[in-house]
Amino acid sequence: MSQEPLRIRGVTRSFPGQGRAGPTLALQPTDLTVAPGEFVAILGPSGCGKSTLLRIVAGLDRPTAGTVHLGPREVTGPGPDRGMVFQSYTLFPWLSVADNIRYGLVERGVKPAEQQEILARFLARTGLRGFENHWPRQLSGGMQQRTALARALANDPEILLLDEPFGALDHQTRELMQELLLEIWQADRKTVLFVTHDIDEAIFLANRVVVMSARPGRIKAEVKVDLPYPREWTVKTTPEFGALKARLMGEIREEVRRAAAS
Amino acid sequence: MMRPLQPVGAGARILLGTAFFAAFLGLWAAVSYGGVVPALFLASPGRTLASGWALLAEYGFAFDIGVTVWRVVGGFLLAALVAVPLGLLMGAFKPVEAFFEPFLSFARYLPASAFIPLLILWAGVGEAQKLAVIVIGSVFQLVIMVAVIAGGTRRDLVEAAYTLGSRPLSILRRVVIPAAAPQVAEALRLVLGWAWTYVIVAELVGASSGIGHMIMDSQRLLDTGQMIFGIVTIGVIGLVTDLLFKAANRKLFPWAAL
Repeated sequence: MSQEPLRIRGVTRSFPGQGRAGPTLALQPTDLTVAPGEFVAILGPSGCGKSTLLRIVAGLDRPTAGTVHLGPREVTGPGPDRGMVFQSYTLFPWLSVADNIRYGLVERGVKPAEQQEILARFLARTGLRGFENHWPRQLSGGMQQRTALARALANDPEILLLDEPFGALDHQTRELMQELLLEIWQADRKTVLFVTHDIDEAIFLANRVVVMSARPGRIKAEVKVDLPYPREWTVKTTPEFGALKARLMGEIREEVRRAAAS
Repeated sequence: MMRPLQPVGAGARILLGTAFFAAFLGLWAAVSYGGVVPALFLASPGRTLASGWALLAEYGFAFDIGVTVWRVVGGFLLAALVAVPLGLLMGAFKPVEAFFEPFLSFARYLPASAFIPLLILWAGVGEAQKLAVIVIGSVFQLVIMVAVIAGGTRRDLVEAAYTLGSRPLSILRRVVIPAAAPQVAEALRLVLGWAWTYVIVAELVGASSGIGHMIMDSQRLLDTGQMIFGIVTIGVIGLVTDLLFKAANRKLFPWAAL
């Protein structure tokens, strides 16, 4: 699928109040443009509305005001042009790894021979060869998220939306998954919008980090990450990485404090 | 020493389960052979077996068993045929639920046995009336159970399916139905048990065949041996179908049992 820019314009989200409480503002008017082939990380403390923003882009939530466009089309609901990987494990438990990856292909009516070819390609790229007949329950958390990534990529979306996809994994597995994702992105340069609260993860992966404020969320800073690709894990020990980390930690600390105080 | 929630081994499980049957049989033998309860009211295990043999060999009890099984299976299948699709639609589509749910909540409290006199008026004492009692007794409960199961489909799986390109009808077909299937099968297993209760009630009144009819006849002859044998027969059939149902569910839904 050809890639189109993503344009978020004035997107706002408030949730209706419970009882006598007034509505809660989760997201202040937000503008963000993601160019084709960019890897943008949205970084923010928990509860800042970053997941809400991603869900609105996915079409799983509707903005109270504002619009989201992918290329010329306005986003009004979910669709296969925006692939998503969730923090929770969302593989279909009744389908094998192979059938999970083929799910979107079956939906689009792709011919069986072509399905097999796409399946084989993504099993190889995500290191899942030999696991195609396993049930999701038989897989570790890391393997499940690999499958979820392969399932989203097999559909060849224009943009990949990742909502803290490695948030539930242990530290070592998480680092391996970051390298895997980076490898895949470096090979295809598919547009990625990645939500995380992990500063190292954001710098290591993205070429631009967008920092969000505590609730009600808004974009408070944008930091370009000029570390050259292809990146290896050793980049995390360079002074440039350290400087970026110090700057982002400063931005985030302030927000975490404010979130804790409110 | 027992610890809360600690699992029990397969061998010990079978041993313990069998032990209760043995204890039950032992108590029954003790009170009947020991003369604690007169034979007129409680036949001994031996007497019951002898009556059972006589029933099967001389009175064609096998035919009664066949008739009752046919009614249970027929009524159960009719109820399932209506309840499962309707329950799935209600669980998936909230307007459908809003339309049926209030009436069903009322209807499921209607006692099936109270319908028997009315059903005899409407349908006579034939097979249609027997099936109707079972259907009335199980269909409303089953619809509500299936609707609750389907309504409990994991929201994040539905959302994942949407981002992979599913439309509402394919969400129903490819997510809601397969996700609900193992629990629906469990609900069917439960409801089959209730169907056995209703069929006997239906056969106690205005029937000329079936296990319930035999039990009624035996009461007139004060033959407690035959009555107990009839009741035990139902228990054994129930136990066997339950085991078969469980085995089938494990075979059909290996992903849920792992």
